[in-house]
Amino acid sequence: MRLHVKFDIEKICKDLLSHKLDELGVNYNLSSFGEVEIMQTLNEKEKKQLQHILNNSGMKIVNDQNMIIVEKIKALITELIRQDATSAKIVVSDYIEGKLPYSYNYLSRVFSEVTYMSLEKYVILQKIDYVKELLMEQNLSLTQIAYKLNYSSVAHLSKQFKKHTGFSPSSFKELKKKLKNNTTNQ
Amino acid sequence: MAFEKLNIVLADDDDDDREIFKLAISQIGVNTSLKMFKNGVELTEYLRQEDTILPNILFLDLNMPAMDGFECLREIKKNPGLGPITVIIYSTSSSEKDIEKTFLEGANIYINKPSDYETLKTVLKKVLTLDWQYQTSILNRDNFLFRF
Repeated sequence: MRLHVKFDIEKICKDLLSHKLDELGVNYNLSSFGEVEIMQTLNEKEKKQLQHILNNSGMKIVNDQNMIIVEKIKALITELIRQDATSAKIVVSDYIEGKLPYSYNYLSRVFSEVTYMSLEKYVILQKIDYVKELLMEQNLSLTQIAYKLNYSSVAHLSKQFKKHTGFSPSSFKELKKKLKNNTTNQ
Repeated sequence: MAFEKLNIVLADDDDDDREIFKLAISQIGVNTSLKMFKNGVELTEYLRQEDTILPNILFLDLNMPAMDGFECLREIKKNPGLGPITVIIYSTSSSEKDIEKTFLEGANIYINKPSDYETLKTVLKKVLTLDWQYQTSILNRDNFLFRF
């Protein structure tokens, strides 16, 4: 028997983080995605232990102030794109600016300085990644996806997909199917 | 420390192409260290050495004497320890058959070697930043497939 599992990556990460913190027995609050407030004072040894345990699970404590901003922006973008957005059209810049205490211009500058990629490009990358997921895992049609992600038309979605991935949505789907069969046959 | 140093390896038998690649990588302003090999045998020997720091990104030419790109790709994908390496095919071939074959063998990105230098720089910068985003963001690595 072969099962295909769909991951809710955000939930898995959050659960794993909670699990590890519970194991350590520290008192904490998980605020927004990727942000933990430790409700007690940790000594140096405990801090090291926390860092070590998180590192071993593929998590890393971010120290650099600009990296923290970038991580927050990324989390907001993921949140915005993956919420059921059919109800309202929210402009990314308004959304980010509304949630962080900096101007969008400043945030966007920090983002490209740290990642060498513009914030706008990153939004497209996240969107495309979601489109890929919806195409393959939920088997939605392009029309459904365009509607769900607020694209003005299917043509616009296809064009953006092709421009950024080099594949048309249909050839991407074909390739993924072949890849899947390939791994299943091995 | 924002953008940690990227280890890049290129295997390409063409001397000029290697020189141009090296120059382009050095000029895109991303912190990288580059190692280059002339063919697949040299490359796989390097990857097998115990003290080798595995590259983050491997650029593979397809047409090379003594073990071509397809064979290298198969070797690399057979070895689970080399799994995290992002494999980028870097070839003059624009044959759809070749392109599909490399993706089916596990390549992440296919670059059709650009004929002018500025385009090459743009494409290289694009794939390096893409790779970094795939390492640091919530993106599905199973869908890490692009062609330029």
